[in-house]
Amino acid sequence: MGILEVKGVGKRFGGLQALGDVNLSVRENTVHAIIGPNGAGKSTLLNCLVGKLIPDTGSVLFSGQSVLGRKPHEINQMGISRVFQTPEIFGDLTVLENVLIPCFAKRDGAYRLHAFETVAHEAEINAQAEAMLKGVKMWEKRAAHAGTLSRGDKRRLELAMCLAQGPKLLLLDEPTAGMARADTNATIALLKEIKARGDITMVIIEHDMEVVFSLADRITVLAQGTPLVEDEPEKIKGHPKVKEAYLGEAH
Amino acid sequence: MLGLGKRDLIFLAVVLALTLAAPVLLNPFAENSGLAQFNAGYPDLMQRIAIFAIFAVGFNILFGLTGYLSFGHAAFLGVGSYSALWMFKLLSLNIIPGIILAVIMGGVFALAIGYVSLRRSGIYFSILTLAFAQMSYNLAYSVLTPITNGESGLQPDLGDPRILDAASSSGSVPPTNIFGLAMSETWKVDFLGRVFQFNAGYYVCGLISVLMFYLALRIFRSPFGMMLRAVKSNQNRLNYTGLNTRPYMLTAFVISGMYAGLAGGLMAAMDPLAGPDRMQWTASGEVVLMTILGGAGTMLGPVLGAGFIKYFENIFSKINDHVLQGWFSVFPHWLQDLLVTIFHPFMGKGWNLTLGLLFMLVVIFLPGGLIEGGNRLMRLTRRRRRDDGPRPSEAPAE
Repeated sequence: MGILEVKGVGKRFGGLQALGDVNLSVRENTVHAIIGPNGAGKSTLLNCLVGKLIPDTGSVLFSGQSVLGRKPHEINQMGISRVFQTPEIFGDLTVLENVLIPCFAKRDGAYRLHAFETVAHEAEINAQAEAMLKGVKMWEKRAAHAGTLSRGDKRRLELAMCLAQGPKLLLLDEPTAGMARADTNATIALLKEIKARGDITMVIIEHDMEVVFSLADRITVLAQGTPLVEDEPEKIKGHPKVKEAYLGEAH
Repeated sequence: MLGLGKRDLIFLAVVLALTLAAPVLLNPFAENSGLAQFNAGYPDLMQRIAIFAIFAVGFNILFGLTGYLSFGHAAFLGVGSYSALWMFKLLSLNIIPGIILAVIMGGVFALAIGYVSLRRSGIYFSILTLAFAQMSYNLAYSVLTPITNGESGLQPDLGDPRILDAASSSGSVPPTNIFGLAMSETWKVDFLGRVFQFNAGYYVCGLISVLMFYLALRIFRSPFGMMLRAVKSNQNRLNYTGLNTRPYMLTAFVISGMYAGLAGGLMAAMDPLAGPDRMQWTASGEVVLMTILGGAGTMLGPVLGAGFIKYFENIFSKINDHVLQGWFSVFPHWLQDLLVTIFHPFMGKGWNLTLGLLFMLVVIFLPGGLIEGGNRLMRLTRRRRRDDGPRPSEAPAE
């Protein structure tokens, strides 16, 4: 039994069957990649996992509990964090504040009226945020406005924000999309570091095969809304079905 | 101390000092000089500035921090005024119970209206709040006349029960007071030809506004305030960070509604007469103007905006053609007439035209409001000074 169990999930948008009958089992503390050509339903699947979309059929269990019908903030409080294709950060806030918010969210839950406490006086929270920022080598930039950071720095900050909550499952939607080579390499290195800690499960959606093969323990290939094959990276590389789905039948 | 950092503490001390010294500071011109009309140091105007500062500071907690533009905050102001007046009529002309009820009722109404309006964001939220405020205004005019006394407005009269202090009055309705000290009580001090007026009502309003300013400062520096700024910045990320934005928004809405209720209660306490006009959309628009003109999202901006608008409204409406003719009397007759004709539409009753133009100029050239203007000036002078010669002791500019 995996930490994340997707059973028979289907989703239809009007006349388009975006997801057919997806079954997926992600084991704890592994990295599971989902690859597939454009329009294969990767993002739809991810959106079903975080409560942004509700599938028409099937079930999604996280640690044995259903996530379906819960709001995004409730699913997050269960221990699922998400990294977006375009980094979603608080652009008007400073880098430090960006990390303080998830630290507060972890301690205080979905809502707390802490209107007459002072951010600067929360020693424990500030120490946590400092450690998180140092972990992604962003501490020097803590006073900068997050909106002014480079793409690679925004991604690092977003990862630090997700990790600050100590999630059990981290979902990454094309974490290196639109990045320069150097930033991509730095992001891969950082993700490897996170993986090496061995206390977090990751599900990655990615186009860049270098990223996938350097990180993933297991790969699911999705095509036209249904899983084609699921196996270890080495076996996926030469799989005829995968070649067919990606490159067309001519090859 | 007081849960504030050193800089904030100094900031607060300056605000307190300015508030206490306002009757002197705002009265710089001698009584019989031609400039006396620019004095602002009389009780009525200073009370209004302090009250609208409270209103705008509260509004800024919602609009400045979260970016949700409410167009119906005058409804809470009106509710506050009516609540306070009912306390004056039923209980006592001591203003304290009235003000307490005004704050509570402002909060209750904000809870109800906010609960519905916050289901939408952006322009739909603004329209919903506007609709609720106009509904309140029309109800106050029509159906609720037994409570609001309709068009003629609600005020204390001799027939009121006033359970606590009815015995002490006979002949006429006594003034509103705080444990016997009448709000209209004024000590006049004649000094170097200037008449300084120290008014009890102003000091009540002024001290309460400093207290409210302090509370707002605490909210700005709190984790709660940070969450509100995060709502403005990226609501999507906030949801995916495990935070429920709805109750945060609703709390901010209720807090700002309570500020508005307090302002309404104080208005009634200074001048015990409340009409439905206080709830009209123009009144809601005024607080939006104040906040944006001063600088939304800054601490001091709304206070500056409130002072600026109330001061110039008062000054401009006093300038009539006669005054203008006096100003331009040095010019030949035909030029004098021409200048008076040109300036006439902007003065007196035309004050709103001037305000509109000023507002446009600020929004176009100073999107951050008067505060941004001040900051730019400061940066400019600092750069000048640095060009004159290096000052090693000075901290580098941000």
